[in-house]
Amino acid sequence: MVSENSDYNSKWQNLVRSQTFYAWLLIAPSALFLIIIVGWPLAETVRLSFTDAGLGGEKYIGWYNFEKLLNSRKYPGIVGRTFYWMFLSVSLKMILGIIGALLLNVKLKGRAAFRVLVMPPWVVPMAIGCIGWLWVYNGHFGIIAGVLMHLGILDGPFEFLAYRNSAFYSAVVTDVWVGTPMVTVFFLAAMQGVSQDLYEAAYVDGASRWYRFRRITIPQIMPVIITMSLLSAIWTFNSFEIIWILTEGGPRGATTTMIIDTYKMAIANYKFGYGATRALMVVILLAIFSLLYLIVLNKVNERFKLK
Amino acid sequence: MERFTIFQKILLYLAIAVFMTFILLPFFEMFMASLRPLQHLFRSPYQFWSDDMSFQAYTDIWDTVPLLGRYIFNSVFLATVTTFLCMSFVIPAAYSFARFKFRGKKISLGLFLGVNMFAGAVLLIPLYKLLRSFGFLNTYAAMFVPGAAFLVPTGIWLLKAYLEKIPIELEESAWIDGASRMYILKRVVLPLAVPGLIVVAVATFIGAYAQQFLFAITFNQKREFMPLPAGIFEFIGYQSVIWNQMMAASLVGIIPVLIIFLFLQKYLVEGLTKGAVKE
Repeated sequence: MVSENSDYNSKWQNLVRSQTFYAWLLIAPSALFLIIIVGWPLAETVRLSFTDAGLGGEKYIGWYNFEKLLNSRKYPGIVGRTFYWMFLSVSLKMILGIIGALLLNVKLKGRAAFRVLVMPPWVVPMAIGCIGWLWVYNGHFGIIAGVLMHLGILDGPFEFLAYRNSAFYSAVVTDVWVGTPMVTVFFLAAMQGVSQDLYEAAYVDGASRWYRFRRITIPQIMPVIITMSLLSAIWTFNSFEIIWILTEGGPRGATTTMIIDTYKMAIANYKFGYGATRALMVVILLAIFSLLYLIVLNKVNERFKLK
Repeated sequence: MERFTIFQKILLYLAIAVFMTFILLPFFEMFMASLRPLQHLFRSPYQFWSDDMSFQAYTDIWDTVPLLGRYIFNSVFLATVTTFLCMSFVIPAAYSFARFKFRGKKISLGLFLGVNMFAGAVLLIPLYKLLRSFGFLNTYAAMFVPGAAFLVPTGIWLLKAYLEKIPIELEESAWIDGASRMYILKRVVLPLAVPGLIVVAVATFIGAYAQQFLFAITFNQKREFMPLPAGIFEFIGYQSVIWNQMMAASLVGIIPVLIIFLFLQKYLVEGLTKGAVKE
């Protein structure tokens, strides 16, 4: 440490510290933009949720919408389904993402091509991908039913989107298909960032591939896994287009998640007030979930560090 | 390190084949459906291959939906404008979060990331009112303004992580040489951040391109401004759906972006590896 240098350093540090104004100046445009496009609509949603707004005007009705929603017999089922949808879909995305990233990280011929081929579901508009899946799930002419009939596993046409269970799991598969490539690419990037020395040291010590995967790869990419699962959970919870294009929430509500339910109430039935109440529930439940996730994560991290 | 045996290699290729089949299955199915003549599309029992397959649908699509070319252009155009708008907000904010210590930093960053929780679908009605009062309804702005807003938080998060990796010493020496703050941001930081900027821009472009459906069907009624994912549903008529042409148009429609992406994908994985992804 040369004294001149540290002198400059402390000057610089002071400057950085006194830069609150400049820092906020740079953030201000984004902050303002988001306050207008996201903040105001959120506040308006809160206000609307206490009204009976519809096509014919609106008046304040207090907590009536909330009481009606909490007493609704169907609503708990929709909430449960949404969390089940999120949990199932995100778990599958993470598992497939890790497997995919591992496969694309192995030095094999054609690796560069595979890395490009994995990306289309992420890059292509969701609506277009869903059109493809609509045909895949077609009971008479789709490839799955067709192949299964040829093999004799199915003895007749089977409409995947026409029955409650098969429609739900078909929608999960499509959602996983849309979400997996991005997760795979992020995990792949994280794996490539892991220092090669760690693996070589472990190899010299005689660690098996499986051991190296468990003890080096997974811990090293853990921060990315954690971030991606939270982001993915939020996106999956709010996933609209996939379900809407495949089933519009049907058959008989089997694929109606909270976001679909909100859209139907507000846009299709013009019940803006009651719809806003439902929209608010989505936000509240997601916020609680994210907070819990981060709290549990902090606890786990602390315990990890104590060891 | 040990090599894979032939047997292990075969297993690995098999696993990759299964994975790729899952990823590419709908595209393959779309291609097959686009080749079948409409009256033979609905034919039982299921036939994998038939003699009457042709590329006829690929010439018919332009007559059935005359605005198809416009929709394809709109999609790319909207995604490009959204990306530029989004980046112009993201760059200064990400730089600020990456470099400065200031009061309210943690809270404001948390609030930004919290925006991720509000999907457009939740806020549709107030958004509609807002866009109407700006006079944006039924214009391109009705789609790219909210589109860009919802992509800003992730952009800031990605770029911040990348900028933190750029050594601060370079900025220090520029400062000591008497450069202004704006000059440092423009001439020192941005050139060094180019790989990071590419990653964030590509990720934003993908987000902007892949998710144009909801805002388009809700905030825009003018056909000449429709992006492809909304316009493609014109193949669904009152009486029947022209499935084979719909599939052909979908595949044709995504080709321009797939080509752009083919050139950019290298930077994406490289850039993410170099730091944007790490904490």
